[in-house]
Amino acid sequence: MKRVASLLLCACLAAGACTAQGAGDRTVTVFAAASLTESFGALAEEFEAEHPRVRVRLNLAGSSRLAQQIVAGAPADVFASANEATMRTVTEAGRAEHEPRVFATNELAIAVAPGNPHGITSFADLARDELTVVVCAPQVPCGAATERVERASGVTLRPASEEQDVRAVLTKVQAGEADAGVVYGTDVRAAGERVSAVRFPEASRAVNRYPIAVLTGAEQPEPARWFTEFVLGPTARKRLLEAGFGAP
Amino acid sequence: MPWPLWIPAALGLALVALPVAGLLLRADLARLPGLLTTPAALHALRLSLLTAALSTLACLLLGVPLAVVLARARLRGVRLLRAVVLLPLVLPPVVGGLALLYLLGRNGFLGYLLAVTAGVRVPFTTAAVVLAQTFVAMPFLVVSLEGALRGAGADYERVAATLGARPLTAFRRVTVPLLLPAIGSGAVLSFARALGEFGATITFAGSLQGVTRTLPLEVYTKAEVDTDSAVALSLLLVVVAVLVIAIARPRAWEGTR
Repeated sequence: MKRVASLLLCACLAAGACTAQGAGDRTVTVFAAASLTESFGALAEEFEAEHPRVRVRLNLAGSSRLAQQIVAGAPADVFASANEATMRTVTEAGRAEHEPRVFATNELAIAVAPGNPHGITSFADLARDELTVVVCAPQVPCGAATERVERASGVTLRPASEEQDVRAVLTKVQAGEADAGVVYGTDVRAAGERVSAVRFPEASRAVNRYPIAVLTGAEQPEPARWFTEFVLGPTARKRLLEAGFGAP
Repeated sequence: MPWPLWIPAALGLALVALPVAGLLLRADLARLPGLLTTPAALHALRLSLLTAALSTLACLLLGVPLAVVLARARLRGVRLLRAVVLLPLVLPPVVGGLALLYLLGRNGFLGYLLAVTAGVRVPFTTAAVVLAQTFVAMPFLVVSLEGALRGAGADYERVAATLGARPLTAFRRVTVPLLLPAIGSGAVLSFARALGEFGATITFAGSLQGVTRTLPLEVYTKAEVDTDSAVALSLLLVVVAVLVIAIARPRAWEGTR
């Protein structure tokens, strides 16, 4: 019953028809990078357990798309981006309440089929002719990082496709359509048994730093600040490290 | 005509026209030529026109016989067949893309066969784009043709048969000419639908400049970072679509009246 009520509440909020205060609960809307899907899902639950009157509503998608939506006036309270360049879109539009703070870092890894049947051991291997490689488009953070690694290593990839977010790349590898995909190390870990990871040293040349900020015009500025502090705090740090993120 | 009809009619028109007007208002008209002639935009436009034309051709080659069979065959189960053929009309395009992937992808049975026997890979190629577009566009052709076939009746064909024409001759010399206007309008509809195809393409063919990134995919890619050029490309799509419908459709319709 409670579940149904909270679902209804969410629907209400989405429609902008009523506010959370009416029911005594407060809902904070968090826009977060697709690569944070599992981590923020778990963090939101822990946060809600600590703050019983506050609900966290997550909107997970490619960071660049989320940033565009926020600049266009999307009703979000908090933004967690997969890189600082994308966060800058939001700060330059005057929508960040404070200087964004980095809460995690992430490195690229190569996702391959379980057991690595093609014997991929380095980033340079991805340039092999017979391999179907899928990457992120340069417009999104994981694609920007991939480009930096290409420049740093002097390896030029000829991808079969440039996807819009890191999860789409992972899906193509899981489906067996791509032999290898360049994603974040955390994505490979989240995918469990369905893919294997190949780590490569050049990844350290393009470490993504994940900033978080409370947004100006937030409908729930107070819980938004609590959530942001929570993500920057020790409990969240522990969870993020477990998920494979690096410390800032 | 009862006057109260004007109110919902106007609302209906507004629902379609106002968002397009919004797009126009948002567009930076001074920068429009520059935004539309970037290499990425030109690649996408060329690819879109090429693939939509090819898939229209495929729709014609496969869809015309299919419509004739559905309208004329006296078989049990034609009704079910029709439901299957029209499925892409109601399915979300992403589902179509997945379905194609599980048939022609590397782990799909046909895809596996093609890879092993001919060394051919379908996903991530321009051919995959054409297939995805044909998949979603063909029902439009079949629907408009089937209606015309039923309207036209089979009398002329029967007469041709009594005059000694073989079935194939009757089809070529009688049925097809009768259907030409409907074929024309169906082809235009298919072309327009193929031009706008997005979900099946990105799922089945991926997105790579010059190979699989058609105009709708380019708009999606640009919407991430560069709203101005996304808007410019959207306008281009609107203009092409309006042109296609306005120029070709009424002409195709004239004969059916």
